[in-house]
Amino acid sequence: MPIDQIAQYCFSGITVGSIYAIVAIGFNIIYNTTGVINFAQGEFVILGAMTAISLAAWMPLAIAIGLAVLITALIGGLVELIFIRRVKRPTVLRLIIITIGVSILLRETMLHVWDEKVHALPFFTGTEVSSVTLLGAHTSPQVLWVLGACALIVAGLSLFFKFTAPGRAMRACAANRTAAQLCGIKVRWMVTASFMLSAGVGALAGCVTSPVTQTQYDMGAPLAIKGFTVAILGGLGNSVAAVAAGLLLGLLEAFSISLFPLAYQDVVAIVVLLAVLCFRPSGLFGRRDAHVSGEF
Amino acid sequence: MRSRRYAPIAGLVLFVIALQLTLSATGTTYYFTQITMSVYYSLVALGLCLLMGYAGQISLGHAGFFAIGGYTSAFLTTHNIATSGGGSAVRWLQQFGLLVERQDLYGNTIVHLSPWLALAIAMALTTAAALLVGLPVIRLRGHYLAMATLGFGIIIYRVVLGTAGLGEADGFSDVPPFRLFGWLEVNGRKPFAAQNYYIAWTLVVIVMLLGANLVRSRVGRALRAIHENEEAADALGINVARCKLTAFILSAWLAALAGVFATHYRGGIGPSEATAFKSIRYVAIVAAGGMTNLWGALAMGVLLNFLSLRGVFGSYDDAVFGAILIAIMLFAPDGLIRVPRLFRRIRKKLDGSLAA
Amino acid sequence: MKCTLWFRVAAVASVLGAGGPGGAAWAAEEKAEPTPGSIKVGCIFSVTGPAAYLGAPEKKTAEMLVEKINAAGGVLGRKIQLIVKDSEGSPERATSFAHQLIEEESVLAIIGPSTSGESLAIKNICQEGKTILLSCAAAEKITDPVAPYVFKSAPKDSYAAQWIYRTMKELGIKRIGILASNDGFGLAGRDQLVKYAPQNEIEIAASEVYDKATTDLTGALNKLQGQNVQAVVNWSIVPAQALVAKNMRQLGFDVPLFQSHGFANIQYVRAGGAAANGTIFPAGRLLIADLLPDNHPQKKLLMEYKKDYEARYHEDASNFGGHAYDALTILTAAIRNAGSTDREKVRDAIEKLQGFVGTAGIFNFSKEDHNGLDMTSFEMLTVKDGKFTFYKRN
Repeated sequence: MPIDQIAQYCFSGITVGSIYAIVAIGFNIIYNTTGVINFAQGEFVILGAMTAISLAAWMPLAIAIGLAVLITALIGGLVELIFIRRVKRPTVLRLIIITIGVSILLRETMLHVWDEKVHALPFFTGTEVSSVTLLGAHTSPQVLWVLGACALIVAGLSLFFKFTAPGRAMRACAANRTAAQLCGIKVRWMVTASFMLSAGVGALAGCVTSPVTQTQYDMGAPLAIKGFTVAILGGLGNSVAAVAAGLLLGLLEAFSISLFPLAYQDVVAIVVLLAVLCFRPSGLFGRRDAHVSGEF
Repeated sequence: MRSRRYAPIAGLVLFVIALQLTLSATGTTYYFTQITMSVYYSLVALGLCLLMGYAGQISLGHAGFFAIGGYTSAFLTTHNIATSGGGSAVRWLQQFGLLVERQDLYGNTIVHLSPWLALAIAMALTTAAALLVGLPVIRLRGHYLAMATLGFGIIIYRVVLGTAGLGEADGFSDVPPFRLFGWLEVNGRKPFAAQNYYIAWTLVVIVMLLGANLVRSRVGRALRAIHENEEAADALGINVARCKLTAFILSAWLAALAGVFATHYRGGIGPSEATAFKSIRYVAIVAAGGMTNLWGALAMGVLLNFLSLRGVFGSYDDAVFGAILIAIMLFAPDGLIRVPRLFRRIRKKLDGSLAA
Repeated sequence: MKCTLWFRVAAVASVLGAGGPGGAAWAAEEKAEPTPGSIKVGCIFSVTGPAAYLGAPEKKTAEMLVEKINAAGGVLGRKIQLIVKDSEGSPERATSFAHQLIEEESVLAIIGPSTSGESLAIKNICQEGKTILLSCAAAEKITDPVAPYVFKSAPKDSYAAQWIYRTMKELGIKRIGILASNDGFGLAGRDQLVKYAPQNEIEIAASEVYDKATTDLTGALNKLQGQNVQAVVNWSIVPAQALVAKNMRQLGFDVPLFQSHGFANIQYVRAGGAAANGTIFPAGRLLIADLLPDNHPQKKLLMEYKKDYEARYHEDASNFGGHAYDALTILTAAIRNAGSTDREKVRDAIEKLQGFVGTAGIFNFSKEDHNGLDMTSFEMLTVKDGKFTFYKRN
């Protein structure tokens, strides 16, 4: 394979991989604080993009995106308050079921508030036909925005969790809920905050990828599944590993096209998932007891 | 004791017969098709109830087992074996009466496997798949099994959607009827409507009989113990992993059986039977019926599928099931149909207010 | 605690009520009240779900047209009563609705379904139930073998494929790459492209099927690029059509892009932006109706349909809605010609329709041809400055 084709596959891989990573990070934030797998994570991504698209008709793009992120974060918090918090005797089974229900509800709401058609945010720089060349690979300038945004999100979250009070409080809840409560941390509000943060992060990812992937009301579920695969691949709860796992999966999928028919591309992710669950459920980079300590 | 156990089932049989007679008498026999299809779907729900309620495991990929059953049977009963060579194998099968010769759509003669053989192969494949998926993850908790079964369901969906031999996006639409014995046939055409209504319900009654026995047997008690508290059950000497796996395989068998019969009944199957959403619907039905309640799963399965197939939910079909999932988990996590307990509590309330 | 109990009671009651007596009443209400003397026509469309692009405009068109017909006095002095069911693109629901419409509602005819899978699933049911089926889907198997009661109003995919190859020959293109979506529409088109390639001296260097929900096709296009193809054909009806155009430009992949008639909707041109310009595709004449010469037999009908649809629904008319339009007008014309609603007579009348002007083309039915369309139902179009126009080789 000529080198520029390889470079091209790499670019495709890294682009989709970083999107998966962001969704996985969203999963991990909530999982760390609550132990819940939020199946509605993918819907937040789409909700953020759709909201931004509607707002962008009335205001400058940057403000529209910022507002969309805030609104989605608020909705994330509302979801937690209305649905998750009120489940009596929250077993894993029940929480899985209710988050699936929430994801369906969000999706149908989006369908009826907007429509079934495809939309997209305008490109941040350039147009649909602009192309930049890097190391022999051609790509849209928007892809650079996507990669940049992902890097920023990861960096921002690391700083948040390490140096800010709410961030440390969330990590405390993740490490030991009872101890955190004893320290005076309002655990229930940390849970809500984690949902809000997760939704906001997802929304930002949705906005920045909307120009290249287009946005449609039912894109949330497949995204959630891939994101979840990446989260488990990296080790549930470990967000830095999620980034690595996301890039890995993205590259695997991109290069799989050169060997298998494109129709089976999605199967690659699932086979990887099942293999991980079979042989190393704690993930590639997770410690054997990673799900116990729940570090960011 | 015995009669108490079987009384509800006798009640079910009477209800089924009464329903058929009523519909025939009022000339509304057109309900048979939708009832029959709903009954087959509720068979899947019964299996899932066994798994979710009694073994406490979740499966988000049960539509995949339905699809394995249905597609295997569809493929084997429409694929012309004569073209695949292997003349001696064909003759050997013919000797045992395992082949059927018939005319296809265009009037050509084709030779295919008998539906009974196809059924056997379908069940074998299902067992293999259930073992493949179940063995590695049965020792894991909650969301791991959920993801593994979800992944399994998606793989099945992708395989049937992407394989030309399985009809790709259009699926199969010319599956022949399944002659059970004599004149009894699984066939969707009008003259056979009442017959098939009874075939479907017979399957369910058999399953309920087995279920009633299972629940009170040692295996059933072991499963309930596992559901309540896995560690305690383990401490009591119950082979937790084996019980869970058994429940998983049983539930897979029921789903595949439903798939085979429903496919012959409808005369076809498509990838839409294998989607993740279908799996989630089954989960919603079991949750609504009460996870430890076989009767609840049956009632909800028939009712919700019937309403859905009649288009009562219109374009909001998906939303309804999503809302059911949420509402049940928030307000009635033990399900809706807790009839004995419900009566007791209503009576208590009434007694309380009367006494006051 | 309390709320749980009452919730449960209420829920059980409502569910039983829906299924039991209430359901019978509900079902009866839902079962269309037979307006005396009305003609019952059933519709099965995929209004929501994966084939919503097909079903939603079909439903809107059918409802709009029936209102218009009834306002003008109906057919043979009787109003048409339309019963629309949303199958969500699933064959089992389509089957259930077909039984319901035929056995319960005793409809004269069923319009739809929108997809080939569903149409094939109910073909036998309609034939045995002696109910006329006017499918809006394109699969060859719907009308081959011919079943006396089964017709279709959508043109064959093979015509579109042949038009594409004809144009390619003019441009001297010999080596192509194919992309198709993994739904019925895409796969059927791909099969036709593969079938007609040899006789048109076209070499298919690479052929890839993508998931209909895909969000990135740069990988697949990269593979095609590596095969040094002279043109790319994309066959799908999903938004990925716009993605193909955009991704190609972003990759600097500068060969002609051909699309299928699924592209015939201005929303994909908008989604593709500047990348959509120059796309070449076959389509029915609805999109460029205003560019047709005034004496073109279809012009009046198309302009009227377009105007009415856009005025009523505030969205662009699509060719796929037109299939429902044609199915309904064929049915009403046949009823008028037969002078009765006797099934045999109406069915015979459909077979006798010749030179019937529809949105998809001019229909000429016969005993052996239950589709009635031919190659002339398509025109080659292209996109210029964000608008559809005739494709002319320059």
